[in-house]
Amino acid sequence: MWDMLSWLPENVSTYGGEIDSLFYIIYYITGVAFLLVAGAMIAFVIMYRHREGRRAKYLHGNTIIEITWTIVTALIFIVLAFMSQPLWGRIKQEVPPTDLQVRVTAKQFNWEIVYPGPDGKFDTADDLQIDNELHVPVNRAVHVFLASKDVIHSFFLPQLRLKQDAVPGRVIQAWFQATKTGKYEIPCAELCGFGHSGMLGHLTVHSPEEYSKWIKEQWPSR
Amino acid sequence: MMSESAGVQAAHAAHAHHEELGFLRTYVFSTDHKMIGRQFLFLGLLMLVVGGLLAMMMRWQLGWPETPVPGMSWAPEPYMFEGIIPPQTYNMLFTMHATIMIFFAVMPIMIGCFGNFLIPLMIGARDMAFPFLNMLSFWTGAVAGVVMLAGFFVPGGHAASGWTAYAPLSASAIYTGVDWGQNLWNISLIIIGASSLMGSINYITTIINLRARGMTWFRLPLVIWSLFITAILLLLALPVLTAALAMLLADRMLGTHFFLPAGGGEPLLWQHLFWYFGHPEVYVLVLPAMGVTSDVLSTFSRKPIFGYRAMAMSMISIGFLSWIVWGHHMFLSGMNPALGTAFMMSTMVIAVPSAIKTFNWLGTLWGGSIRLTTPMLNGLAFVSIFVIGGLSGVFMASTPVDIFIHDTYFIVAHFHYVVAGIVFGLFAAVTYWFPKMFGRMMNETLGKIHFVLTFIFFNLTFFPMHFLGVAGHMRRIWNPLQYEFLQPLQGMNQFISVSAFLLGLSQILFLVNLCWSLFAGKKAEVNPWHANTLEWAAPSPPPHGNWGEHLPVVHHGPYEYSVPGVEEDYLPQTTPHALPVTAGH
Repeated sequence: MWDMLSWLPENVSTYGGEIDSLFYIIYYITGVAFLLVAGAMIAFVIMYRHREGRRAKYLHGNTIIEITWTIVTALIFIVLAFMSQPLWGRIKQEVPPTDLQVRVTAKQFNWEIVYPGPDGKFDTADDLQIDNELHVPVNRAVHVFLASKDVIHSFFLPQLRLKQDAVPGRVIQAWFQATKTGKYEIPCAELCGFGHSGMLGHLTVHSPEEYSKWIKEQWPSR
Repeated sequence: MMSESAGVQAAHAAHAHHEELGFLRTYVFSTDHKMIGRQFLFLGLLMLVVGGLLAMMMRWQLGWPETPVPGMSWAPEPYMFEGIIPPQTYNMLFTMHATIMIFFAVMPIMIGCFGNFLIPLMIGARDMAFPFLNMLSFWTGAVAGVVMLAGFFVPGGHAASGWTAYAPLSASAIYTGVDWGQNLWNISLIIIGASSLMGSINYITTIINLRARGMTWFRLPLVIWSLFITAILLLLALPVLTAALAMLLADRMLGTHFFLPAGGGEPLLWQHLFWYFGHPEVYVLVLPAMGVTSDVLSTFSRKPIFGYRAMAMSMISIGFLSWIVWGHHMFLSGMNPALGTAFMMSTMVIAVPSAIKTFNWLGTLWGGSIRLTTPMLNGLAFVSIFVIGGLSGVFMASTPVDIFIHDTYFIVAHFHYVVAGIVFGLFAAVTYWFPKMFGRMMNETLGKIHFVLTFIFFNLTFFPMHFLGVAGHMRRIWNPLQYEFLQPLQGMNQFISVSAFLLGLSQILFLVNLCWSLFAGKKAEVNPWHANTLEWAAPSPPPHGNWGEHLPVVHHGPYEYSVPGVEEDYLPQTTPHALPVTAGH
C-alpha cells in the first residue's frame, strides 16, 4: 500500500521487468534525495527558529560547497541518462526478428486489428480483420504496425509496459513479447475525442496449443 | 544605472497633478503600474476561482462517475443531463481548467500583477518604460479573457481537445464536434499572446534602462532577475505559439492542411511548435515563484541569500536550456527514437540548475533567525512542493520509464506539483506584498490557518495521483470504471476527490482574509517586515510616481541582513554603509 511501486500492474513482457527495475532505481534515488532535502529543511526551521538575542549568520555562500553539490547532482543525472539509454534502444530501435506481424489501425473509437493470415503477407485475400481483439502466442515476439485513420491515438498495454502513439499519415512499428497467458486490456492513452474514455480492446495471450486452435478457427480452410 | 532624465522629470511633474485624474483614469484606464498590477491581480483571482470550480466538477465525475453533480441540475443540455456530466463536457472541463489556470490565472497574477507592481518599485523607477503600452497590455488581456469565457456559450460547447490541442483532433470540427468553441479558444490565445508580448517588451526595457543610481545588475533582487528571464522567454516563445495557433485556425477555417495529413500536413509539426513554446512556458510560470521565494526566504531568515550569483546564473542557464528540452513531451509521439535520447540528455542537464536553487534555499535557512510568518510558511511550502515536482520529473526524463508513465496520472501528479505548486509562491507573494500594495496588513492568524489547510489538502489531493499513475491510470479519461484494471483504484479516486473539495473550500479563507484586510486590515507601516529592497522605502501604498522629489540611490545588494556592526538586523539598499569583507565571496 505505502510502497508506491507495489501499485504497478503485473508485468507480463520481456522488457517490462527491465523498465520496472529502472523505475525502482529512480524511485530509491529520488526518495533518498527527498528525505535529505525535506529533513534538512525541517531541521533548519527548528534549529534556527527566531530566538531573542540570537543573530543570524552573516554569510553569502560557500564556493566549495556550491561547486560540490553542482557536480554531484550533474553526475547523478548523467549516470541515470546512461543507464536509460541502452534499454530505450532495445525497446525502440533494436527490434528482434519474428514472423508474427499484425497491423493495428486506430480510429475513433476502435482498434482495427488486421492479421496477415497463413501466407504471412498483408493485403492478400487471407487477411483477416477483427476489431478490438488482438490474439498472440506466449513467448514469441510480435511486431505491431501502428497507424491511424483520423486523429492521434495511443496504443497502451499496461501489463506489457508498452505505449506508442498512432499518428495519421505514418506507420510506426512497435513490438512486444508476452511472457504469460491471459487476457489484458488495450486502452487508448491519447485524448482522441468524446469516445476516448472507453476506447478499449483486448489482448489475448495464448499458450502454443490454444494459439494453434485459434488459428484453425479463424482460417478453417487451411 | 541612469540618472533622472529630463523625460522622467517631466513625467514626474505631470504626476504631481495626479489627483486631478477622474475615476476612469485612476481605476479603469490607468497607466500607473501599481494600479495595473492590482487589476491583473483581481482578474487573475477571478479566473483562479473559475478554473478551480471546473476542476471540482471533474473530480466529482472521477469519484462518482455518471451521478448528478450536487447543485448542478440547472445546467442546460447538452452540457449536462440533469447534473450528469457527459464525456464531451468532461473533455471541455479539463481543457478549460488548464487553459484558464495557465493563461488567465497564474500568468496574470505572477507576471502581470507582481511584474507590474514590483519592477519599478524594486529597481527605483517612477513607472514602467511604456506606461500606455502597459495599460494596453492589461486591456488586451481582459478582452482575451472575455473571448475565452464566451466560448462556453457557443453551440457545440468550448474547446475539448486538451490545453495542448493536439492536431488533427483540434484541426477540424469533424473530430470533436466543437466548432466555434475551439475557434474562440485559438483567437483568445492569439490575443493574450499580444498582451503578454506588450508586457514582456515593457519589463525588459524597464529593467535594462530605468534602474536607479547604484542599482547594478548584481544588486537586483532575485525576483527581478526571475521576471527579467521570464520576460525574455515570453518574448521569444509566444510568437511561436501565435504562429502555430494561426496555422491551426487556418486549418479549421480556411481549408489549409498544415496539420491535416489528408492534404499532406504533418500532425507532429503541431507538437513540435506547441512544445517549443510549451516548455519555456513551464519556466515562465515557475520562475517568478522561485524569485518570490528567494526574496521571502532571505527576509524571514534575516540572512543574506546563499549563493546570490549562483541563483541568478542558474536562472540564466534555465533561460538557455529551456529551448532544447521540448522533445521530452514527445518521446512516444512517433518521432525518431534517437531524438528521444538527445532530449533525455538535455532534460537531465536542465534538472541541475533547479537542484542548485533548492540547495541554495536550504543554505539560506542554515544559520538564520527564522520567523514563520504567513509569507515564509508559503515560501517554504513552495520549496518542498517544487522539490517533489522536480524529483518526480526525473522519472519521465528517463525514456524507458516514460514509456509506461506517459499520459498517466503520474504526469498529472508531476505537473500539478510543479505548476499548481506555484500557488504557494502566489500566496507568499500576495501575503508579503499586500501591505505595500494596499497599505494594510493581512490577518496573520487567518493566513496561517489557510496555509496549513491548503498545504495538507494540496498534498492529499496530488500525491496519491502518483499511485494512480503507477497503476496505469490514464489521464483525460471520463470514467475509469470502464476499465477492469482501473476498477480497484476507485477508492483512491474518491479519496482524491474529497481532498480536492476540501482544498477548494479552504480557499474561501484566503478570499475572506483578502477582502476583509482590504477594508479593515491594520494600517501598514512603510517597512513592516524590516526588509531591504527598495519598495519598502516607498510609502504604503506608494503614491503616483512612487518616490517624492528624488529617486532612491542604491548602495549595496538586496540581501544584507544581520550585517555585523549594524544594530538592526537589516540594512536597506538605500542606507549607505561599508560592508565587511566575508569569506567565500
